[in-house]
Amino acid sequence: MPRPLRLAASPLWWTAVLFVALLLAMPHTGALFHAAFPAAKPPVYARASFVELFLSQAGIVATASATASALGIAVAVFVTRPAGRDFRAIADALATIGQTFPPAAVLALAVPALGFGPRPTVVALFLYGLLPIVENAIAGLETVPGAVREAAAGMGMTGWQVLARVELPLAAPVILAGIRVSVTIGIGTATIGSTVGALTLGTPIFDGLAGNKVPLVLQGAILVALFAIVTDMAFARLERRLRPPGAAR
Amino acid sequence: MIELDRISKFYNGRAVVEELSLTVPTGALCVLLGPSGCGKSTTLRMVNRLVPADRGTIRIDGEAVDALPVAALRRRIGYAIQSTGLFPHWRVEDNIATVPRLLGWKRGRMRDRVTELLEMFRLDPETYRGKYPHELSGGEQQRVGVARALAADPELLLMDEPFGAIDPIARDSLQGELARIHRETGKTIVFVTHDIEEALRLASDIAILDRGRLAQFGAPLDLLEHPASDFVRDFVGAQGIGLKLLSVRRVAERMRRGETAEGEKVPLEATLREALAAMTVHHASVLPVADGDGTVVGTIALTDLVR
Repeated sequence: MPRPLRLAASPLWWTAVLFVALLLAMPHTGALFHAAFPAAKPPVYARASFVELFLSQAGIVATASATASALGIAVAVFVTRPAGRDFRAIADALATIGQTFPPAAVLALAVPALGFGPRPTVVALFLYGLLPIVENAIAGLETVPGAVREAAAGMGMTGWQVLARVELPLAAPVILAGIRVSVTIGIGTATIGSTVGALTLGTPIFDGLAGNKVPLVLQGAILVALFAIVTDMAFARLERRLRPPGAAR
Repeated sequence: MIELDRISKFYNGRAVVEELSLTVPTGALCVLLGPSGCGKSTTLRMVNRLVPADRGTIRIDGEAVDALPVAALRRRIGYAIQSTGLFPHWRVEDNIATVPRLLGWKRGRMRDRVTELLEMFRLDPETYRGKYPHELSGGEQQRVGVARALAADPELLLMDEPFGAIDPIARDSLQGELARIHRETGKTIVFVTHDIEEALRLASDIAILDRGRLAQFGAPLDLLEHPASDFVRDFVGAQGIGLKLLSVRRVAERMRRGETAEGEKVPLEATLREALAAMTVHHASVLPVADGDGTVVGTIALTDLVR
């Protein structure tokens, strides 16, 4: 299929276009929201631009997820080596605690230490997003057949070469699936960071809830949902691309 | 030459290999044979240090295997295993070139070597070099696995039940190919199997292992005719000892030179068992024997087989 046609047939592309269009068009929808909710004033969130909110939230999620991915994969690699096998149970437990600890509680505890702004949110998302990454990375590394690892070592690959050339490429789709879950959850969860001063698409939602202004809640919620959906679709596509030709489907 | 000098391996205090000494001459195809759990795989894996020996030393051409960095040692030794361990995300070409790449060969040299090996294993290079392992049959995968083990022209090839998981027809042709490649390259091969027929077909020397100890070491015919113990007798002769004897002797040893006969030609280097099979199929009690060029050089008769 020629490239323009392929683009036109891609749900990811259309959803992304819709998201960007709404992001840019939202400030001009005042008349629409005013007609539907005459009582709400202002009809559109105006204290910051939606683009600004989106970029700030994307930055927070990216920072948290990148850190969680780096640490999560490093931990998974360590506990799947002979030297680190004994730490497997501890790593599992710590990652589970990170996930069961409600992000709202992390925010409450982090604010006194880190102050208002984006930083407590980054910490909360990092802890919350670690579990799926660690678990998937361990599972992915463990799906590499023993015979393949043995052959790699038997051919004279060093431990690092086995990891970089064989194990990680074969585990990549499963590892990426973990990152995908983590990031998608992170985008939704990041909105509560607005309660402690982080600038996100959740900010209009909380403003709207506080002032009983339904349009603001809707505007924030629609954009956050689309943001999460587009990201999820983008990861799905990346996963397909990374899947090694011979790996289990 | 590979020398195993009183090597032992213990798991949880139990010896799986005990005081094993063995010398494999250069160019031999030495089969480590025994029932499962006899320590034959462990012994093989101690040679390339996938399993460290607890006691004793292993020397290759006089050099202790512990003296080299482990990765360098393994790159000098070909290694093929039962489930092939082909890298599923690499094409056949990249799989075969694994060790050459680790050794830093130039691209052109690697490509030529892959072509040469695919041809050696009768796989068309242009068809197969770009395929992924999952696109190959079991027999083809195993050919690629052995080709990969031979890629950097190692002085020594270790094979751990390489044909154990393949259907009998593919196994038969792979055994034939390995025998041919061994003849052509003169490599020293250590081959693990529990299949006595496979051992008799391929081996120049057979080491029979029993619970981690060497039960007998010798030429195939020796083991059949002069088993050193009841264990060896039971293991090699459990069934059809007569056919096994036929399968280690060649037509050349029993033929009547100078005579001629009508019928399907039997090659000089065929085993007596193959000659018997040919006589059965063609309902003949005498068949002509031909040399490599197809010239009849004598005959073999049914009575010659049982002399």
